[in-house]
Amino acid sequence: MSEGIVYWLQQMLNALQLGSIYALIALGYTMVYGILTMINFAHGDVFMVGAFFCFLAATYLGLPFVPTLLLTMIGAALVGALLERLAYKPLRNAPRVSAIITALGLGLFLENFTLALAPYPKHIPPLLENVTWDMGGVSLSSLQVIIIFLSLGLMFLLDYIVHRTPVGMAMRAISWDKTFVPLMGVPVDLIISVTFAIGAGLAGAAGTMYALAYPVIDPYMGIMVGWKAFISAVVGGIGNIRGAMIGAFILGGVEIMVTAFFPSTYRDFVAFTLLLLLIVVRPYGILGKPRTQKV
Amino acid sequence: MTNLSPAIQLDVRDLEVHYDGIRALHGVSFSVPKGEIVTLIGANGAGKTSILRAISGLTPYTGFIAFENQDLRRVPAHQIVGRGITHVPEGRGIFGNLTVQENLQLATWQRSDKGEINADYDRVFTLFPRLRERRDQPGGTLSGGEQQMLAVGRALMSRGRLLLLDEPSMGLAPRLVREIFRIIVDINQTGVTVLLVEQNANMALHIAARAYVLETGAITLAGTGRELLGNPRVKEAYLGA
Repeated sequence: MSEGIVYWLQQMLNALQLGSIYALIALGYTMVYGILTMINFAHGDVFMVGAFFCFLAATYLGLPFVPTLLLTMIGAALVGALLERLAYKPLRNAPRVSAIITALGLGLFLENFTLALAPYPKHIPPLLENVTWDMGGVSLSSLQVIIIFLSLGLMFLLDYIVHRTPVGMAMRAISWDKTFVPLMGVPVDLIISVTFAIGAGLAGAAGTMYALAYPVIDPYMGIMVGWKAFISAVVGGIGNIRGAMIGAFILGGVEIMVTAFFPSTYRDFVAFTLLLLLIVVRPYGILGKPRTQKV
Repeated sequence: MTNLSPAIQLDVRDLEVHYDGIRALHGVSFSVPKGEIVTLIGANGAGKTSILRAISGLTPYTGFIAFENQDLRRVPAHQIVGRGITHVPEGRGIFGNLTVQENLQLATWQRSDKGEINADYDRVFTLFPRLRERRDQPGGTLSGGEQQMLAVGRALMSRGRLLLLDEPSMGLAPRLVREIFRIIVDINQTGVTVLLVEQNANMALHIAARAYVLETGAITLAGTGRELLGNPRVKEAYLGA
């Protein structure tokens, strides 16, 4: 293969890995927005908490990869559902700004609570034997393959849940208008908790994968990644699940391409500028539609 | 003291509803006998919708509501349908992003009798062939008349013994209004009790066995449908005579 093609394939692979992680987190933002039209700004910190659960499971419990991943997802899901019950549910009929401030406060709480327990960055032990294959000049690591396929698997699973199961149907009904959903016999509060739990569980999985790819973790790791996942969700069309995935892969791609051409310090600046321009052209995002509700 | 006679299916006593400190209902009492069509008529804002919302648990209230001798006061909204009360809300409450089939399926959330559910789909699609043609279309793409049919179809899917209908004629052409009222009578004849809230007082009083007139949050007149059709005050205020 020519050097140019090898280079681009390599970059695309990297973009796919980064995009997968953004996508898993972006899904949580978009699902919560979809049913409550609320941005859960603490969601990036749930991703961070997931990475710390991964650390606890891998070091203190000495668990291998699969149980660590499952435990992390369950732990993060519980944290997500708990945040909703304790902090957001009491504010469901309060002004929108109260929920936003609460979300920001929860994020700070999670960061500083973790900081109190873990004042120094933590190292994640290598849970997986990392093999690197050379495919005609493109290097592919087993970790990359696992991250990409596991993320895609989780995304397909979520898509299936939302579009093909009764719980997913209830979520979509709530996202249309939750006023009359109880008349169908659907327990709305339970479905909202489940939605938060699923979104947080996916962020937990992202935390584990991120920690495996970049094995030094700290309590502030969720801020930038969280913002980027949020922007992915907005670019894709917030509230739209497939849009969040598309937005995340676009953002991953843009970031990798920028670092291919410019100094790496330009990455976030150029990436965010491009995304702002996209929002100017398509204010509702790629797959988003203006909310039109029939009376 | 409740002292319910077995024929009374729904008993409402001293119902009060407040919205942001404003009293929408001041002490409404009435009852619905099993198997009848009972109608509440009144102008916009008289409190008709508030009564239905209180019965189905969507709105907090004070007072007493019992269904089939069971106190409903502490029952959460999503469990009311499981008790046998189906509410077709004002504006129909169709989920525009769900297909026709999914809208019907959602109403079976509290049911577990799969075979019976399939039989009910057939029943709904036989009653409303248009819905069968459009079963995979999003509910939001249906016309107003089709949405009303879907709302009634959905009510049948939850197999309530009491059907609360909020303005089923709203926004429909006269021919469709007559069809909807014919279907309401048909459903009632299968043994389902109907509590009908309507602005179209003429149609409602013609099919109702019993009727109540609601004015600014209180019941001011009661009688059989026929009696109220002949009442001069009702004629003047609601029948445009």
